[in-house]
Amino acid sequence: MDQRSKDLRRTVVDIISVERRGHFGPAMSSIEILRVLFDNFLKFRSKEPEWIDRDRFILSKGHGCLSLYSILADKGFFSKEELLTFCKPNSAFGGHPDRGKVPGVEASTGALGHGLPIGVGMAIAAVIKQQSHRVVVLTGDGELNEGSVWEAALSAAKHKLSNLTVMVDYNKFQSYGQTSEVLDLEPLADKWRSFGFAVEEVDGHNIDELEKLISKLPIEANKPSAIICHTIKGKGFDFAEAKIEWHHKSKISDEELNAMYEYL
Amino acid sequence: MRNTCLNEVHRLAKINKNILFIGSDLGAGTLASMKKEIPDRFFMEGISEQHIIGMSAGLAMEGFIPYVNSIAPFLTRRCYEQVLVDLCLHDLPVRLIGNGGGVVYAPLGPTHLAVEDIAIFRAIPNMTIIAPCDAEEMLRLMPKTVDWPHPIYIRLAKGGDEVVSQNDLGFEIGKAILLRPAKDGLFITTGVMAQKAIQASIELSEEGVECGVLHMHTIKPLDHDALKTIIPKVNAVVTVEEHFRIGGLGSAVLESCSDLIPEHASKIYRVGIPDQFADKYGTQESLLEHWDINVRSIKNAMRDKLKK
Repeated sequence: MDQRSKDLRRTVVDIISVERRGHFGPAMSSIEILRVLFDNFLKFRSKEPEWIDRDRFILSKGHGCLSLYSILADKGFFSKEELLTFCKPNSAFGGHPDRGKVPGVEASTGALGHGLPIGVGMAIAAVIKQQSHRVVVLTGDGELNEGSVWEAALSAAKHKLSNLTVMVDYNKFQSYGQTSEVLDLEPLADKWRSFGFAVEEVDGHNIDELEKLISKLPIEANKPSAIICHTIKGKGFDFAEAKIEWHHKSKISDEELNAMYEYL
Repeated sequence: MRNTCLNEVHRLAKINKNILFIGSDLGAGTLASMKKEIPDRFFMEGISEQHIIGMSAGLAMEGFIPYVNSIAPFLTRRCYEQVLVDLCLHDLPVRLIGNGGGVVYAPLGPTHLAVEDIAIFRAIPNMTIIAPCDAEEMLRLMPKTVDWPHPIYIRLAKGGDEVVSQNDLGFEIGKAILLRPAKDGLFITTGVMAQKAIQASIELSEEGVECGVLHMHTIKPLDHDALKTIIPKVNAVVTVEEHFRIGGLGSAVLESCSDLIPEHASKIYRVGIPDQFADKYGTQESLLEHWDINVRSIKNAMRDKLKK
């Protein structure tokens, strides 16, 4: 893991240290996905977050917001110091991201299965208005249990939304346990294909592979793209990797916090 | 009323390029003229109400004003979380047009009735709920919906309803309309219960009992000022709605009265659907009759309340 990925993780740990709580595992699995998107793909102006020609990014797995907060602060949408108000009564930064409060957040998410339908609406809007910006929706894997995701997938394919990309943070765990045991998603790539998407799979922590893949989006003309990112929940911290108890953690102790920083 | 409403969407879309229409799986030929004339702003997205609401939110975030149409129970119950989170939390100008509000679909059974829609939507901040009483009122309503800055739920009646609204009384979202002046008693109605209340008022007048009819086309935001002004002047109030007695118009009126003029709250009696699922089919009228929601019963309710 290079220094940049460690730095982005450090910000997440700094945020968590405030209230000693947060969705640690799902934040760490998505750090590299967000890093590559914001470093190499998305067009944005951090001081003009509503710039009309920006690409739209929706974090549909809203509980993974710590990594989004980290990259948005890194890009200058707000300061890292502001993030240290996380979950305090008057903070803009809650346990799920809030449009209107946090610059750079396109949709308030948290309830799952909402991001892709909204993304489809945004992508259709761009088509009607003949705008060239793109729409990216990052979903969780457990989130794909929701039927609304697949309703939206049917619609995206119907409208041939090649300006829409779904990225799945496939860390193989949801709150109760492994996705394969709670509600198996496999064969996941085939599912997306059968719903009319062009599909690629990638190691969601491999910067080079991610960069290479997103540089050739859309995967196919006249089709929405789905990128299944194989990730590790809690990536970067041995004690938390693929450990269900680190999906959401509260009452994080001094020892646990110190252990986090030791990995950074 | 439905045709009037949808034709208005088409007419308004021709004037305003931000207006678009999204249907679920409506009857063949619905708004065929709009589909032909403005194909890029006409969508029929299938039986996927959760997605349709999210999609309309995404479009509204990009500056569009989506008018979304489906059968009322599916546009309210099936996608409740999407309405709450995607539309109301973001406070977006999406208009939900619910076919068959109340018991219009009586022959199709309880799955197709919308008799709790007002209650569940009243509980969502930023939502506006409107139930016009006839097609002419619908014509006055629709242009007002374009610039309303919040989500709106438009509760459609069966159609072909007797015209009782009056052009000279105007129409403003959130402003109740006094269709008949109040003296002894006051009926407060929403949607097509206005017709029944007017008939009851006429018949009671022949007995020497003068009752007004306050048409509360907008249930949320409720016209508290109208209630505060008129209720103290009458001796009895009967609310009439094609909706459960739980959480609908009557509840809203009682809550308002309890908050603002509590000394008058005991004047109010609520006529509505009891706390039970429909166990009969038939027609809208026969089902309402089954639950004793008719001119006779609301006259009796008024007489009883005036005696107390």
